[in-house]
Amino acid sequence: MYLKELSLFNFKNYSEAFFEFSEKANFFGGNNGIGKTNLLDAIYYTSFCKSFFNPIDSQNIQSEKDFFMLKGLYLKDGEESIVHCSIKRNQKKLFKLNKKTYERLAEHIGKFPLVMVSPADVLLILEGSETRRKFLDGIIAQSNKNYLDNLLNYNRALAQRNVLLKQMAASGRCDKESVFLWNEQLVKFGNPIYEARCEFIRDFIPIFRSYYSQISDINETVSLVYESMLLENNFTELLENAYSRDRAATHTTCGIHKDDMTFFINDFPVKKFASQGQQKTYLLSLRLAQAQYITEKLKMKPIILLDDIYDKLDDERLARLIAILVNDSFGQLFITDTHPQRIPQVFEKLQIPVKINILQASEV
Amino acid sequence: MNNIKEGCMKPKLLNFESESTEIYPVEKFPSKTLEKAVEVFSSLPGVGKKTALRYVLHLLKEDAGTIENFSEVLQNLSNNIQHCKNCFNISDNPVCEVCSNPKREQEVICIVQDIRDVLAIESTMQYKGVYHVLGGLISPIDSVGPNDIKINELIHRLQTSRINEVIMALSTTMEGDTTNFYLFKKIKDFPVKITTLARGVAFGDELEYTDEITLARSITNRVPYENTLAR
Ligand SMILES: [Zn+2]
Repeated sequence: MYLKELSLFNFKNYSEAFFEFSEKANFFGGNNGIGKTNLLDAIYYTSFCKSFFNPIDSQNIQSEKDFFMLKGLYLKDGEESIVHCSIKRNQKKLFKLNKKTYERLAEHIGKFPLVMVSPADVLLILEGSETRRKFLDGIIAQSNKNYLDNLLNYNRALAQRNVLLKQMAASGRCDKESVFLWNEQLVKFGNPIYEARCEFIRDFIPIFRSYYSQISDINETVSLVYESMLLENNFTELLENAYSRDRAATHTTCGIHKDDMTFFINDFPVKKFASQGQQKTYLLSLRLAQAQYITEKLKMKPIILLDDIYDKLDDERLARLIAILVNDSFGQLFITDTHPQRIPQVFEKLQIPVKINILQASEV
Repeated sequence: MNNIKEGCMKPKLLNFESESTEIYPVEKFPSKTLEKAVEVFSSLPGVGKKTALRYVLHLLKEDAGTIENFSEVLQNLSNNIQHCKNCFNISDNPVCEVCSNPKREQEVICIVQDIRDVLAIESTMQYKGVYHVLGGLISPIDSVGPNDIKINELIHRLQTSRINEVIMALSTTMEGDTTNFYLFKKIKDFPVKITTLARGVAFGDELEYTDEITLARSITNRVPYENTLAR
């Protein structure tokens, strides 16, 4: 599976543009602000029905325009598929596959799998647990069709329960029976999410470790630990025992929406003890393992987007990274760098063909 | 060396066809009366400003009698429609046609969310019992709690009439499912058979959209509600 062509119309800084891509490696050079990242984001859009950076669709429309459109031509098993996305201000997002409009965007997820590697990945280490849950969910949802539905239903039940707790606090009345009614739904959808996350972590760790040792030349043991209140407790009992606490907090204090992961190098938490170089290698390995995991689950190699991630990565690690990416376990590659020669030189040294595009202001 | 160096922008080859930018300016009306009419029509679900304007312009082309008839129908809607005191279905009389029909089995009650579900089930012509229209589903987000829908009225029916079977036919959305479960807990100790539609439709499908044949089959082959509780 690969992206052959992409048209952009009023998307971020692109008024109108057309790109044709190589099936393997594509390099995009050009100054900062020229639109390299926006181009990757457009590709991301056609895979995930949303922007990697800005969840508010209308804010990805070029300023003072009413709409944006993206159209991607994918080749999958020799067959052409056209993904069409258009966003008009104040209107529902329109997403089509081969001219057929999706009723639910969730149906599209996983059809054209993709992994984005970006400097923003450092937020996985720095930010709160929600960022890491999104990482988990993003990977599992691409390979497990029920997962996203369970998650949407869980979040719906959670929202209902939290609104009820707030209504109770505001009115001073107590309706335990109604609150517990939503416990049923949280448990029904939360348990399979918990199980899927456990299974994922189990399968993921060995893949992750293997990539870390391939990029890093130092012998270090890396690990990630899944944390969930459900590990040692029955979810129904957790919710029942937390009732008074939930009432006081006016929201649901336990469940899989509180899950987290901790990253370790040699048994030390990455957040506190790892150098920037180690963090970078850790994060890259997470993304490569993500791609490999998806390949195994979907029997389809995801598209890899690498956005300006080579800061803090020495030439040797960069060469090792690119050598890994162009071998047969990875799919189509999109790679950006402000430096016009550095990446092409690595490809040249490795004797690997790459399609080079230097973006210039007049074309955007 | 296989490096391909070339500029990447070309005129668009993939064109954007019909999804272009047609804009219908409907903000400026030459008449306040017209504007008001458009505003009223566009308050209907699924009707945007454009469609509302089309309806209004269409009505303007009709003769005065047609418009008069329209407003009379609307007036009657607000004056004469009532809810059946038994099942809360929409009715012209205090007791609806289904409840007052001696051929219907008064011992079998089918619980539905609203009148659209009654119409859907009636159109299959396979159901011989009566209904109980809840008028909504439990949903704190919509400020609907158990006391805001006709649940106590259902319990009252079970207490005062001879009922053999209660059929749960609420939508399989999160809120429908939750309301079903709440009802089940409230009525499970009554000496009634509690069943549900035997549908193989996915979570989230609405009863209203299920096709007639599937619905006819599922209302004939119902299953005990407890069988659906995989808890
Ligand atoms: Zn009636």
